[in-house]
Amino acid sequence: MSLAQALQAASLTDPGRVRDHNEDCIESRPEIGLFVLADGMGGYNAGEVASGMATSLITDGLQEAWDPRAVERMSRDEAKALAERLIREQIARANTAIFTTSQNNPECAGMGTTLVMSLFHDNFVAVAHIGDSRLYRLRGETMEQVTRDHSLLQEQLDSGLITPEEAKLSQNKNLVTRALGIDPTVEAEIHVHEAQPDDLYLLCSDGLSDMVEDEEIRLTLITLKSNPALTVQQLVQSANDNGGRDNISAMLVRVAEPYGVPRGWMARLKAFFR
Amino acid sequence: MAKLILSVDGQVLKEYTLSKERTLIGRKPHNDIQIDNLAVSGEHAAIITILNDSFIEDLGSTNGTMVNGKPIKKHFLQNNDVVEIGKHKLKYFNDAPAAATAADFEKTMIIRNPAKAGPTPAPDKAMGDTHTNLKPLEPQPAKAPASGGPTTTTPPAPAPAKPEPPPAPAAAPAPPRPAAPPPAAASHGAAPAGGVREAMIQVLSGAAAGKTLDLTKNLTTVGKPGVQVAVITKRPNGYFITHVEGATYPTLNGTSLGAQAQALNDHDLIEIAGVKMEFFYKP
Repeated sequence: MSLAQALQAASLTDPGRVRDHNEDCIESRPEIGLFVLADGMGGYNAGEVASGMATSLITDGLQEAWDPRAVERMSRDEAKALAERLIREQIARANTAIFTTSQNNPECAGMGTTLVMSLFHDNFVAVAHIGDSRLYRLRGETMEQVTRDHSLLQEQLDSGLITPEEAKLSQNKNLVTRALGIDPTVEAEIHVHEAQPDDLYLLCSDGLSDMVEDEEIRLTLITLKSNPALTVQQLVQSANDNGGRDNISAMLVRVAEPYGVPRGWMARLKAFFR
Repeated sequence: MAKLILSVDGQVLKEYTLSKERTLIGRKPHNDIQIDNLAVSGEHAAIITILNDSFIEDLGSTNGTMVNGKPIKKHFLQNNDVVEIGKHKLKYFNDAPAAATAADFEKTMIIRNPAKAGPTPAPDKAMGDTHTNLKPLEPQPAKAPASGGPTTTTPPAPAPAKPEPPPAPAAAPAPPRPAAPPPAAASHGAAPAGGVREAMIQVLSGAAAGKTLDLTKNLTTVGKPGVQVAVITKRPNGYFITHVEGATYPTLNGTSLGAQAQALNDHDLIEIAGVKMEFFYKP
């Protein structure tokens, strides 16, 4: 069972019903368990330049640096540490590239992008994010927001200034406190989580999470679990039915089978001949 | 920018713009909004404004602060809220989103301390920092291109992955429904499926024949898990059925459903996992 078979994935991005172009960008490498989503901002069309650079630089960079075959020979802890380090490096590289481009090209000045990405390996998932693009996890009937937005609103929530109910009415929803490519360096938030069979991971831009209530996202994930392609279609459609005021992107990964690395010489031998 | 209009007995006294982060309301002269009335405490209440949001907080006043007729300690102000302090009323107006076009306004922007051009843009943890500054990411008018620099031309912009066209949501014609809302859903503001007529399905064959199921949820699945399942979605422009799982497609009025969503019309016949059922609108 290869990683691409163990993980059923589907993704969709849509400009929404108000914007005429899509500044979101998604890219994945299912064979190495990599999924990247970016929501660009700034300038006329520079937002999509930033998000496009982020997704392609990070996926290409990781595809080169992260060799699952080689990583399989490491211990699980070493693999986790390596995943975290490589993700951090690739994000830093993308940040420098976007920042430099925006400095050298007036039409790209001030561009930046949010980012959420996940790398699946050996029954764990490394998650990195910057800004307000999110990762949700559905386990059983419970949906959790795994990432914590880097946004003004989240800080207000954390400090107790407003309640989650009030937050829905806030007009400061669109302000992020961190973004890729805005400054010479960026601090990405990276955590490694244990994955379980039948978990669903949803990466999305704020065009989905702002337009569709968490509860509706949860019900959609539960109801349409067996069909990831339909699930992302349904989520995008709900966001559009509710107004579609921003670009909408969703990437869904379902852990269909455990994807642990075979350990012990017998298991490895079997894996070698499969 | 948000503003407050002070009135007493329907008589407008003054208009205040909430330009400061903290606006004090009270009887004493040092307040930003001074209300010289004995029912008002020396320092009665404060309004904290963070960008487009304002909060009012009672500062332990003797006679209390009301918003829309209810006493409050702290309140997140919404457009048209009426703050009452004694006999005085302060009406809150926040038309910021209307000022910019809705689309412009909702563009994601970064907020940060512009003085910190250097490394580590750690977020400002102190919530109410006065130097917190909004920097809309508009392209600055071209700074003089780095003279002759080799990198000034051709941004290395990789073409962003081409987005898949959306699954044509309007592909299916709206079913003819008397007294139904027009299918063109409002372009913004949540258009919940609440405006859609109530509908249900009735099982016509098999063990559950005669049973009915109200389609109250946005998504209702029908069929046998592992064999054949379809989902009925309730949308602002009607009900739709889509295949979810199973090697073969359910049928709608005798024809295979296919992979696309199909609109449901009154009295449509659905056959799924060998069971026939009928879709109809409630009378």
